[in-house]
Formats: sequence, structure tokens, C-alpha cells
Amino acid sequence: MMRLFVEGIGVLGPGLNGWHADRTVLAERKPYVSAPTVLAPSEMLPPPERRRTGVPVKLALAVGREAFANAERDASATATVFASSGGDADNVHQICEALASPQREVSPTRFHNSVHNAAAGYWSIASRSQEPSTSLACFDASFAAGMLETAVQITVEGRPVALIAYDQPYPEPLGAARHIGANFGVAMVLVPQRTPRAFAAVEVQLVAAEATPSSMADPGLEALRAGTPAARSLPLLGALARGDTGFVVVEYVGGNHLRLAVAPC
Amino acid sequence: MNCLGRGLRAVATALRERRSGLAPCAFDTVALDTYVGEVGGLDDYRVRGELAAYDCRNNRLAQLTLEQDGFAEAVGRARDEYGARRIGVFLGTSTSGMLETELAYRRRDPKTGALPADFRYAETQNAFSLADFVQRSLRLGGPSFVVSSACSSTAKVFGNAARMVAAGIVDAAVVGGADTLCLTTLYGFHSLGLVSSAPCRPFDTARDGISIGEGAGFALLERAPGSPAAGTIMLLGVGESCDAYHMSAPHPEGAGAKLAMQRALQSAGLTPPDIDYINLHGTATRSNDASEDKAVVDVFGARTPCSSTKGWTGHLLGAAGITEAIISILAMENDLLPGSLQTKELDPALRCNYQLENREQRLARVLSNSFGFGGSNCSLVLQRAA
Repeated sequence: MMRLFVEGIGVLGPGLNGWHADRTVLAERKPYVSAPTVLAPSEMLPPPERRRTGVPVKLALAVGREAFANAERDASATATVFASSGGDADNVHQICEALASPQREVSPTRFHNSVHNAAAGYWSIASRSQEPSTSLACFDASFAAGMLETAVQITVEGRPVALIAYDQPYPEPLGAARHIGANFGVAMVLVPQRTPRAFAAVEVQLVAAEATPSSMADPGLEALRAGTPAARSLPLLGALARGDTGFVVVEYVGGNHLRLAVAPC
Repeated sequence: MNCLGRGLRAVATALRERRSGLAPCAFDTVALDTYVGEVGGLDDYRVRGELAAYDCRNNRLAQLTLEQDGFAEAVGRARDEYGARRIGVFLGTSTSGMLETELAYRRRDPKTGALPADFRYAETQNAFSLADFVQRSLRLGGPSFVVSSACSSTAKVFGNAARMVAAGIVDAAVVGGADTLCLTTLYGFHSLGLVSSAPCRPFDTARDGISIGEGAGFALLERAPGSPAAGTIMLLGVGESCDAYHMSAPHPEGAGAKLAMQRALQSAGLTPPDIDYINLHGTATRSNDASEDKAVVDVFGARTPCSSTKGWTGHLLGAAGITEAIISILAMENDLLPGSLQTKELDPALRCNYQLENREQRLARVLSNSFGFGGSNCSLVLQRAA
């Protein structure tokens, strides 16, 4: 059993414009109305980098920034874990189209943005953080894998870690081969001990058995959860938004799941 | 497994005989004037039986590599000892099965633009495909994921696995990974002007870029026994950092690289004189080698012998970390300090103790560097127990 404390959350998705802005929607106390995810270039980046970023970087930087602002914690001194199923989906499509054309001209910026850790790279530049950063992929269970890795790092190293998960839908024709529901990002600043900013405790347990994952009551939020790997965080966000004492189940791989026991603190 | 051959013995022999695996690029339909470290025989090889859906160049190489050196059998023994759910699978790759998608884009329906019906995204292109495939192939049921941070990926997984063991989540872990040739990396690095037209020449005055290679490697990590038997290979330390500088250029003073090496030493409880040899990242681009040289000299001074082994293998990108960790282990097991291959004239502006010739020397502890795009750095400290 690994125990963490939540200091700050950031969230951005369709009809979800921040932890504070839409906490009551996440708590399912106010109706959810879907709308295209509002994306903007991050003011955290210097102008040359800002122009080069795709959707996943915009998502990751926006939610990371909100989570650290809510936590009132210094991002430059905090380790990070990034989790995404497929990274920059537009970029992959553009590169594959270019490579299927006779000229095969790949843009250098597109190429360096094609690495799965592009969001982590831009985040480190934006936050000036030289602390360790891990970029993970675990298909539909990417959020669960990121949560497990974050909990392990906090437990073993005894220091704060920010988890940032994000996903972007593929354009066609790749979209037909891999469905991702929406542009969605979530960030959580998690710490090993209770601090004045901490508002909830989460006990993370890897359970070696299949289990039915927790779901959302609202059909729109449930569709978002089921269709977008990073949005598998929604039941946890809901429990935290309501201030529940209880647990949520997030499916993982290999017949395992994560049991996340939450309680206000 | 890489262009030097199949299995530990083939790689060790090539190192001793100073035989490079680099050859003029004849991969797919690539029309670039460059050398590559291609693994032969993958085009006609197939992923087996019930995992046939995972068939792609990257998983083919992973499967072939699992079959070398009794690795799958060793994992089988660990499975009997600990249980399938107590063994994690933490693997790295940069491009996974991207080649499948590149090839599928050549076969799009002329009317609808659709990809061919036989294209399988989850089992090939997706980064997690590799760990999913290896976990199923080895019949394991513990935690798993893929770390994909470009050229540091398969070094960083040693850190993930060590933490999972330390936290008591698993008793053992399969680490390593695979990265195989694809057009994205060949044309992408070319677009950045980072590919040499000759075999790469690390730390040479005339170095002008990388040679891209492909490879795979795996290691089984277990909790260290109280008193390890002589010859046991131990992971003493892992150091990770970010440059926080640029997406594709290293920090000119090697600030992030320096932090990674210092953190690796610190986590191992060692000081610079304890390291007998440094296996450098040494990609042979002008800026990478200059930056790493500054970082090494800052941490170690100009005394510790070091070299890059990319003149043998080329740059294996996401597989560089595990490949060079294994080369470091082979160096310790064979009392062989590998000098650089392809390097003719050592750049006088570079100050570390760079070795050009192989040396027979007892090596107890080695540090291996892996640095990647996005400023992702990782250093490993490995030891052979006396």
C-alpha cells in the first residue's frame, strides 16, 4: 500500500476548463455539457518553442501549470511522470503522409516533436526543471501505469512528483484504426507527506485480479472516460471533487487493476 | 541482438575483433547516402503462433532476442520462483512498430484514403505493443509499461524496475527493449542534418553525424542478495535528469548530462575514482560529443578511461541504453576495455580520457550514459561482484 497526498489538480477536456472552473461538474453535481477542448499555446514557453507545439504539448502544459498553481509548488524542483497512449497524433499522420509521398520530406520540427517525450521536453524547458522525468505509454491503461509509477517514485524517493496524462485523437485514416475520444489532459501534484496545501490522501494498491472499473454516472462523462486513456482518471477526479471517502478502481494490464482509496485530509 | 550478431558471444567477439556492423544503407526503399547497422534476416522472419497479430519488425527482433542466451528460460525459472504476477515488464522503445504504419500509408485506398484492412495499430505502432508482446510471450502477469523518451528509453527502464522492486511491487523485472529501422528516424535525423554519410566517427575531429542502427536487448533484474556470488552483475545506481534547454540540441555545457552522472554516482554511493570505464553516449554529432565531453570532464576530470561503442553498432536510438549496458557488462566479464571504432583522429578540443584502442584490463565498475531528444538523460552504474 502506497500513500500519497494531493496538493493540486489541473484538468482540460471537452467542456472541462479547469479543476476550479468545473469541479462541481467533475463531482457530477452540475450537468456536464460537452464542447470542444479549449487549447491555447502555453505562455510558459519562450516564443520560438511556443510556435512549434502541437495539441499534446498544449494539453500537458496547461494542466501542469494549473496543478502547480493550485498546489502553490515550485515546478522547477519537482520530478514528473508523463503518461499518454500515443503522443502527438497529428504529427504521426503528417510524417507518415510525407514518407508515403515521392519527396519524403520530413520537417525537422515535426521529427523532434514525434518523440513520445515531447511533452516532457517542452515541460522541462517551460518549467526550467532538471528533475527526473519519465514518459510512459500503456495503451488504454496509460493513466493507471502513470499513477503506479508516480506512487512508486513518491514512496521510494520520498519526494513530490507531478503526474501529467494526456491524449489526442488521431485524424483519419489512423483514427479508424485507433479511436481516442477527445483531447484530454489531467495533472496531479502528489506528495509523500501531508502538507498545508494537501486536501486529500490517496492509497494506491496494485491488485492482481480483474475488476470492473469505476465509471461515471453521466453518459457524456462516461463516454469520455471509456474512450480516452487519460480520461480514465475521471472517477478519481470525481471522488476527489466530491471529497468522498471510498475507493475507485482503474483497470490496468496483465489482469491487474489499481485500487485507489481516497479520503479528505 | 544488433548488427554485430545474435547473442552475447557474437557481440563480445565483434568487440574483441574490432569488427563493425555498419554497412551502406540498403534498407527498404530508403535513398539516403548513409551507413546503417541493420539486423539481417528480419524481413523473412515472423512472430509466432498465438501472438502472430503482433508481427512487425520491432516485435520480430524482440522475439529473436528473447530466444538468445537462454533468456526466456531464465525468466521461466524466475516465474517458477516468484510467480508470474510478481515479475514486472518495463521496456523502452522510441518508434515501436512505426514501420508498419509507414508501409500502410503506401497502401491507402485510392478512393477513401483508408488504411489497408490488415493494418493493426494496437499490436504494432503503439508504443506499448512491445511490452504487451514481451509480457505475453514470457507468460508474465505483473505490472508493465513502455518508457519512450527517445534515446534514453532503455537506460531509464532500469530505474523504473529498481524502484518497483524497492517499493515491493515486484520481486523481479524484465528490462530492456527494442528499436528497429524505420523511415521516420532515417529521414527525420537526415532532415536535422545529423546523419553522417560515412560510418559514424565518435569524438573524431572530422565527426559529422550519427549512423542509425537497430537492436534489442533484455535483462532480468532481481533484488540483490546480501552477499552476491563472484561474477554477479549488479545495478548500483541510476541517475536521471532533464536538460530543460532544447528539444533536439544538447545543453552546450552538458549541464543535464553532468547532473545524470552525479546522481548515478550518488545513488550508487560512489565517487568518480570508483568508476573504471565510462561507456559514453558518444553519438558522433559535433554538438553531442562536445557537450558530453565537458560534462564528463566536469565530473570525472580527464583521468577515467572512456569511449563510445557506436562505431560498432551505430546509434540504436531507443535500444542504445540496454545495448550499451550489455556491452558494459561484457567489458567487465571479458576484461576488455573497448576503444573507439571508426575514430581516426581524436578531436584535440575534447579533453576526456578517450580510448582509441582496445585494452585488456580488469573492470569492476562501469558507468554508461544515454541521452535523448527532449533533453532526457540517464546514467547507469554497473558492477561485477569480485
